[in-house]
Amino acid sequence: MTAFTLNVLFAVIWVAVSGSASVLNLLFGFAVSALSIGLVREQAHGVSYLRRIGRILSLLALFLRELALSAWKVAVLVTRPRLVVRPGIFSFPLTVGRDFEITLLANLITLTPGTLSVDVSEDRRTLYVHAIDCSDIEGARRDIREGFERKIMEAFR
Amino acid sequence: MSLILTLVTVLLLVAGSAFALMGSIGLIRFPDMFSRMHAASKAGTVGSGLLLLAAGLHSADLSIFARALAGFFFFILTTPVSAHLLARAAHKAGYRLHPSSVADHLRQDSP
Repeated sequence: MTAFTLNVLFAVIWVAVSGSASVLNLLFGFAVSALSIGLVREQAHGVSYLRRIGRILSLLALFLRELALSAWKVAVLVTRPRLVVRPGIFSFPLTVGRDFEITLLANLITLTPGTLSVDVSEDRRTLYVHAIDCSDIEGARRDIREGFERKIMEAFR
Repeated sequence: MSLILTLVTVLLLVAGSAFALMGSIGLIRFPDMFSRMHAASKAGTVGSGLLLLAAGLHSADLSIFARALAGFFFFILTTPVSAHLLARAAHKAGYRLHPSSVADHLRQDSP
């Protein structure tokens, strides 16, 4: 995360030096400094900063796709003449541990098809998720574990 | 060019309104509070997001479009939190799941 702070700082300096305070110029400065920090990091054998940005972007893309899909699923479900749902709350054992990651995962789960996070246990090991179709609990757990949780680990570890 | 812009705006407006409508119908049709939050949080977010995008596109002004995007972003940021809080509060207050529900691990673990 220190690389990100540095990146923002560089972008602000870029705006100050180039003398035009517009959003586009700030974004351009951000991109240029990300590239340069990435180059330096690569030399120093650190965690590849550019790759991390790529992973965060891929998490964002996955999320937007799932969000569109979930709205579509709700629409299809609602317009069916006979509403057959098997809702339920299932527990999901968390692998991510930091508060920030749990919050992100819970938010992502809420906005994806058919699932809604309800509560986190006191010891932060279990997430309780309400599903509109709770007939395949193992499958739902696997989807979350291999989808969002893995992507979050890749992006922020 | 302006014709294409108008068409895209119209498309976004219609799609956004349709999703908002579906969310509202879902609020009425789903059996219990938890299922209703599904309809409200998902279809509602996408619906209002598309409407905001349409407003930003129609203005044909980058700064206004950026603000519309920011609005969408904050919807995405805040809707899950409120949905989560409502569901949690309802469960803590003892609101039962609909009889058609198949599992309630939260009640098993913390009765």
